[in-house]
Amino acid sequence: MSRSRAAIAAWVVGLVFCIWQITQAHFVSDLSSFLPSNPTAEQRLLVDQIRDGAISRVALMGIEGADPATRARLSQALAATLRADPRFISVTNGAATGFDKERELIVSYRYLLSPQVGAARFTVEGLRAAISETIELLASPAGMMTKSLVPRDPTGETLAILERLRPQDGPAVRDGVWTSPDGARALLLARTRASGSDTDAQALALSAIEEAFRKAAPAGEARLLVTGPGVFSAKGRAMVEGDVKHLSMVGSAIIVMLLFAVYRSPIALGLGLVPVVSGALAGVAAVSIGFGVVHAVTLGFGTALIGEAVDYSIYLFVQAGDGERAGDSAWVRRFWPTIRLGVLASIAGFSALLFSGLPGLVQLGLYAISGLVVAALVTRFVLPALLPAGFRIRDVSPIGRRLAWLAARAPRARWMVALLAVAALAAILQHRGALWNHELTSLNPIAEADRRIDAELRAALGASDARHVVAVYGDSAEAALQAAERVTDRLDALVGTGRLGSYESPSRVLPSQALQRTRLASLPDAEALRTRLRAALAELPLRPERVEPFVADVERARAQGLLTQDKIAGTALQTALEGLLFRASDGRWTALVGIRAPAGSASARADIGAVREAVAAAGVPGAILVDLKSEIDRLYSSYFNRALASSAVGFGVIVALLFAALKSPTRVLRVLLPILAGVLVVAAWHVASGTRLTLLHLVGLLLVVAVGSNYALFFDRLGTADDGSAPRTLASLVLANATTVAGFGVLAFSSVPVLQSIGSTVALGAFLTLVFAAVLSNAWAR
Amino acid sequence: MRALLAATILIACAALDCAAADWNVNTLFEMLAREKPGRATFQEKKYLSLLDKPVESSGELEFTPPHTLEKRTLLPRPERILVDRERVTLERGGKTFSIGLRENSAIAVLVESIRGTLAGDLGALTRTYSAGLDGDIAAWRLKLRPLDPALATLVERIEIGGSHARVKTVEIFQADGDRSLMTLVPAPR
Repeated sequence: MSRSRAAIAAWVVGLVFCIWQITQAHFVSDLSSFLPSNPTAEQRLLVDQIRDGAISRVALMGIEGADPATRARLSQALAATLRADPRFISVTNGAATGFDKERELIVSYRYLLSPQVGAARFTVEGLRAAISETIELLASPAGMMTKSLVPRDPTGETLAILERLRPQDGPAVRDGVWTSPDGARALLLARTRASGSDTDAQALALSAIEEAFRKAAPAGEARLLVTGPGVFSAKGRAMVEGDVKHLSMVGSAIIVMLLFAVYRSPIALGLGLVPVVSGALAGVAAVSIGFGVVHAVTLGFGTALIGEAVDYSIYLFVQAGDGERAGDSAWVRRFWPTIRLGVLASIAGFSALLFSGLPGLVQLGLYAISGLVVAALVTRFVLPALLPAGFRIRDVSPIGRRLAWLAARAPRARWMVALLAVAALAAILQHRGALWNHELTSLNPIAEADRRIDAELRAALGASDARHVVAVYGDSAEAALQAAERVTDRLDALVGTGRLGSYESPSRVLPSQALQRTRLASLPDAEALRTRLRAALAELPLRPERVEPFVADVERARAQGLLTQDKIAGTALQTALEGLLFRASDGRWTALVGIRAPAGSASARADIGAVREAVAAAGVPGAILVDLKSEIDRLYSSYFNRALASSAVGFGVIVALLFAALKSPTRVLRVLLPILAGVLVVAAWHVASGTRLTLLHLVGLLLVVAVGSNYALFFDRLGTADDGSAPRTLASLVLANATTVAGFGVLAFSSVPVLQSIGSTVALGAFLTLVFAAVLSNAWAR
Repeated sequence: MRALLAATILIACAALDCAAADWNVNTLFEMLAREKPGRATFQEKKYLSLLDKPVESSGELEFTPPHTLEKRTLLPRPERILVDRERVTLERGGKTFSIGLRENSAIAVLVESIRGTLAGDLGALTRTYSAGLDGDIAAWRLKLRPLDPALATLVERIEIGGSHARVKTVEIFQADGDRSLMTLVPAPR
C-alpha cells in the first residue's frame, strides 16, 4: 500500500508541476520551427531571414469594395493611423507626401551618395558632359520636374540617386494611392517593428491594423485584406488554436460517449481519463521545458493523441477477467508485458523524430514519447491504487464473444489483405517520384485562399522580395559595406549589359565610410570649381552665375562630413538599410545585395550564372549567392530526408525490440505484417487521391506503427496464451481502436492542412491495422 | 431636277460653313474627332529663364485614335514617350519609366492635353481644363487652363493653334514664366 501511496504522491506533485509549467508556456505557430536548429552559415542566413529578417516583418494590405475615391480615402486614413503606431516602423501607400526628411537628406548628401561622383566627374570635361546631359533632359517633358533643381544640382546627382532607390516596378497610383493593376484594390505595405516569428507581437500588429481600418470605415463600406509572414503566423496560430479547441471538444465528447456506453459507470469513465489527461499535461509541460515554446501543431497533435493514450486504461479495465480486480497482479502478469512492449515500440518510433534536427518535429516526438510514457505509467502504478474497492465495469464478455465469432472468420479475408497490400505497393511505386512534398510551404497552416490573396497582393505591390541575394560578411558594419561594394562594382557591368535588371545594396543608402571619403576627396574647392565651370559652360546656354548655388552646395558637402547611421536614424532610409545590413545571430555583420531580374516581361530572368562569376571575381571571402526560394526548399528537403532516414532507423529499432521480446522470426513477422500493410494502404490512399506526403504524414505513419504494434502484439499474445481472455481482449481492442479513430478522425475535418493530414492518416491507419491484425492473426487456428 | 437638288445641297453646305455663329468648341471637336490617324514631324522650342538660348528638340508625333499617342524625339537625344490609355511610358537612355495617367503627374497631364485635342475628346479635356476658343475655322486657337489648383502652380495655360481639323502648334505656358512651343507639320504618307 505504501508503494501505491508513493506513486499517487509522485503523480499529484507531477501534475501540479506540469500545470504550473503549462501556464508559463508560450505558444507559437510559425514555420521556422520546421527549419533546422543547427544550421551552417548559409542556412543560418536563410533561417535568420525567415525568422527575423526584413521579409518576415512585411504586412501587405488591400482595400476592396466601394469606389476608388473611398478606397483612396480609407488608404490614407489607415496609413495615417498606423504611422502613428509605434508597432510599425514604416507604412507606405503610394502617397508621395511625407518623405520630406528623406528627400532633404538625399539632396544634402548627394555628393557622397551618388555613384557617378568620382574624380572624373568634376574635371572640365566631366562637368561639361554631365551638364549637357541635364540641359538635354530639360528638352524632355521629364525635365519639367527637374528644372528647379538645376541651379543646385546641374550634374543631376539627385536624380541618379533617386532612380536607383526607386523600386523598379512600383504599383500603379490612382487617386494618389497605390492601386492593384485591375484598379479594384487600394494597396498598402507596412513593416512591423517586431520580427515575424514574434507571434504575440504580430497578433497585436494585426489587430491594430484591423482596428485602424474599422475606425476608418465604421460603416463597413469596404473590405480589408491583410497578409504577410507575420500575419500568417498570427492567423495560423489562431486557426490552429480554434480548430484544436473546437475539434478536441468534439473528439473528447465522442470518446467519452463511447467509453460511457461500454463502462456504464461515471466513476470508471472519470478514472479511465486519468492517464490520458496526465499524459497530455506531461507532454505539453515537457515540450515547454525543452523548448521554451510550444508549437500550435504540437498542440493539435496532442489532442488527437488523447484517443491513443486512453487505450491503456481501456486495456486495464476491460481485460480484467472474472474474479480479477483491474490492475491486480494477475492482470499485471498477463497483460502488462504486452502493453510495455507496445509502449517501447512507440518510443522507438517517435525517437526518430527526436533526431530529425527540425525543432517542430522534435517537439512532436518529445510530446508523444513523454505523453505515452506518462499515460502508461499512470495506468500501471497510479490508476490501480485509485480504483475503489470492488470496482468493476459492465461485463463486456457478450460483446467480446460476438467479436470473437467475427474474428474467427476474419482469416478468410487474408487474400484481400494481400491484394490490398500489393495494389498499394504498386500505387506507391508508380508515384515514387512524387511521393513526398519537399516544399516547406506544405506545412503552412494557412488556407489556400489566403495564400492566393497574398500572392495577388505581392504581385500587385511588386513586393516580391529579391529571390537571389548575395550575402557578404564583416566584423563591422563598415567592413560588410565595403565587401558589398566590391561585389556591386562587378555587378554594375552586368546591369550595363542587361544581364541583370538591377540590384539593391545597403551601400546605396549608406556607402561605406571609405567610399564616402573617396567621393568627398574628389570634390574641388569653390575657386577650382568656378574656374572649371567657366570652361565647361563656355559652349553651353547656361551661364556660370546661374549655378552659383551648386558651388555653394559642393562647398557645404565638403564641410559637413560623412553620412552616418546616426544621421539617417528615424527615416525611411534607415528602414531600407536595416533590411539589408544587420548583425546576424552569430554577431557578424551581414550585408545583403538583392538581385533583380531585368524589367519588362514577367518571365525575364537575371543571368545568375554571370552573377555567380561576378561574385567569385570580386574575391570577397565568405561571400555567398543564395537562391532564397529553392534554397529554403532544398534545406527543408535535406532535413526531410534526414527525418525519413531516422524514421527508417526507428522502424529498425522496433523490429529489434520485437525480436528481443518475442524471440521468434515468425511471431515478429506476424506482428509486423498487419502494420506494414496498414502503412502501405494509407500511404497509397493519400498518393492515389493526389496528396503528396508531408512531414506530418510521416509523423502520422509513425503513429500508425506505434498504435498498430499494440494491436498486433495483443493478437500475438492471443495466439500464444490460451487463457480464455480472447473475448475481453478483442472488446478492449475494438474500444481502444474506436477512441483512436474518433480522436484522430475529427482532426481529418480540420481546415488546417497539417492537422488534417495527421488526422486522416492515423484514423485510417489505426482502423486498418486492427482489421489486418485480426485477419492475419493465427489465434483462431487452434 | 437632280441638278437642282445638288445645287440646293451645295448652297446649304456653303451657308453652314460660313456661319460664324455656329463656330464653337463643340463644332471644332466634332471636326477633330472625325480626323483620321495622323503622323507629323514636330519641332519644339523651350524658352527657360535658366538658359540663355531655347533648348530645341525635334522628332515625330503619331496619333492613333482614340487612345494612343507616341512622341518620338530624335534630337538632341533619342527619347520615346508612349501614351496608351491610362499609361505613360518614357524610354530614355536605355531606361524605361512607366507611370499611370492618373498619378497626377504634370507630364501625363501635359501629354493628355495634346491627345485629348487630337482625339477630339472634349469630355476628357474639360475634366482637366477649362477651354476657351478664339479665331475662326481657318485659324483657331484653343486655350486650356488647368482646373486643378495644384497643377495650375506648374502650368498656367496651354494654347493649341490650328486650321480646320489640323493642329499646327502647341504652346505651353508654365506658371514660372517658362514656355515651350511645338510646331507640327504633317508627315508625308
